[in-house]
Amino acid sequence: MIEVETLGKQFGAVRALDGVSFVAADGEITGLLGPNGAGKSTCLRILSTVLAPDQGRARIGGVDLATSALAARRIFGVLPHSSGLYPQLTGRENIEYYGRLHGLSEQRIAERADELIARLELGAVAGRKAKGYSQGERTKVALARALVHDPQHVMLDEPTNGLDVMATRHLRDWLRELRKQGRCVLLSSHVMQEVEALVDDLVIIAAGRVTLTGSPSELAQRFPGRTLEEIFVEAVSGAAPAPSVP
Amino acid sequence: MKSPVVIVSMKELLDSSRERRTLFSLLIGPLIGPLLFVMLMNVTVSQSVSSAEDRLDVAMLGTERAPNLVAYLRAREIYPLEAPAIKSLDDAADAVAAGRRDFVLAIDDRYGEDFGTARPARVTLIYDRSKQRTLGRVERVRGVLNAYGQQIGALRLVAHGVDPTLQRPLIVDDRDVSTSAGRAVLLLGTFTYFLLFATLSGGMHLAIDTTAGERERKSLEPLLTLPVPRASLLLGKMAATIVYMLGALAVSLVGYLFVMRHLPLEKLAMTSSFGPASAVAAFFVLLPVAPLGAALMTLIASFTRTYREAQTYISFMLLVPTFPVLYAAITNVEASPKLMWIPSLSQHLLVTALIKAQPLDPVQVALSAGSTLAFAALLGWLAVRLYQREAILG
Repeated sequence: MIEVETLGKQFGAVRALDGVSFVAADGEITGLLGPNGAGKSTCLRILSTVLAPDQGRARIGGVDLATSALAARRIFGVLPHSSGLYPQLTGRENIEYYGRLHGLSEQRIAERADELIARLELGAVAGRKAKGYSQGERTKVALARALVHDPQHVMLDEPTNGLDVMATRHLRDWLRELRKQGRCVLLSSHVMQEVEALVDDLVIIAAGRVTLTGSPSELAQRFPGRTLEEIFVEAVSGAAPAPSVP
Repeated sequence: MKSPVVIVSMKELLDSSRERRTLFSLLIGPLIGPLLFVMLMNVTVSQSVSSAEDRLDVAMLGTERAPNLVAYLRAREIYPLEAPAIKSLDDAADAVAAGRRDFVLAIDDRYGEDFGTARPARVTLIYDRSKQRTLGRVERVRGVLNAYGQQIGALRLVAHGVDPTLQRPLIVDDRDVSTSAGRAVLLLGTFTYFLLFATLSGGMHLAIDTTAGERERKSLEPLLTLPVPRASLLLGKMAATIVYMLGALAVSLVGYLFVMRHLPLEKLAMTSSFGPASAVAAFFVLLPVAPLGAALMTLIASFTRTYREAQTYISFMLLVPTFPVLYAAITNVEASPKLMWIPSLSQHLLVTALIKAQPLDPVQVALSAGSTLAFAALLGWLAVRLYQREAILG
């Protein structure tokens, strides 16, 4: 479970996050939705412990990020905005490197790499250098790398960016499988259609604040006659949808 | 389970070993010094050795007026060269100024008359002092002319019944006490600089690639989400850089060893005592420079946003170790304990002592290594501090 309480983050004059709170439950896919610049990436960067918040706190699996960042890093995996693979290493070597830095045994690393390469259908490319990969292959290897230590929590920053339709479907199937395994999945996106069929819970943020939360079906009930897309657009344009939360 | 520092440095070594420019920085870069040295030596040897006993052809004007002088010159392997275009002193000066002739010896119109009546007879050497390579030949001819003049003068005094030694109240003897290895030091002045250059440039690519390059490639952010302290990541990267630097230093030293074996140092009356034992000693004297360079480059790279930006700054940094070496060359300082705390100057003085085949003072070696390593630790600590900042993600 990922718990976020009144997170705030200032970059110079820009208030990137202004009191963001939400909970992402285990066994669910939570979508962090918002337009560009809303604070999604800042939020995920704080949750992945590369940035520290100025205000508020966050816990992953009950571990406080401010006090136990290293412990938290053992139980989450991150797919950042850019895959960030090492171009001179093969896909498998990229995965193995992260396994070693997670302190896994060589045997365990080999097992996990085999398993992930098979599940993500990377067998044909895992032995090639990453510099020749397509965007889809890069994302898959980066995902395998993020999962090498079998984390309970998985965070993905706009994972479908630049993927073609087949790769996107493949990724969605994968995220559903992670959910079925009882993991806590948090992903960000700026396109409602991409996530509405996938997520169990939506957290819509705009200008550093949470403007609306709920599952897609809850939101559809609460705002009858509107598509999720319309609800999203209203929620981020400042005007909260008319029949507000009771 | 291996330490993260080892894991990171092994990965960086594997990663960079697959790039072509790594091969360049490890093989070609470190051999620039030895290659330049060979060229410099060959030029010097051909200039200074040729003067001794080889035949020398010199354009001369008015040889018919001084047959005895010309015969004397011939006996000393200096032969007149046909120069029909030169008919006067002015022609000769023009020819030398225009570069058609390096050097002309002109015998005065009145030479025969003056010589016959025991008045000073004039000969003129026409040359361009700014042309270094002709000066050796000019000096050789001047020496022969002076010897001829003294011989004739002595004969005239004897003919008048005067002891010619009366004319020589002083005898000036030169006694050069520099050892033959010591004379080689002038030429070996470039030696430490190229060793320092090889060491630093050998690790430059890796130092930049593992810091600024990693940030530019966006692989830094996921790396920082791993359960490894940032200090360990950075130390691993610096360790890999140090391995490359020491590799480049070793390649350069082997290059010099090979070159010294095959150069005609004896022709310059120099001997080189630079053998395998000196090379190993030089390796250990220069070893502390690698961590210092790695820490400094990592520190600089952590301020910069891109590979290119870091490369620009660090290329300037490669000049820094030359300043103490230049200072030492100009002021001719001797190794002393109070200079041993200055990195690059201390290594220069110690390596120079090695080349001169002087024994190394263990106290000085320890001071040099201790101080350089202390600077390395300080800069490394600063680099780690900078890596804790959020701005490191760029």
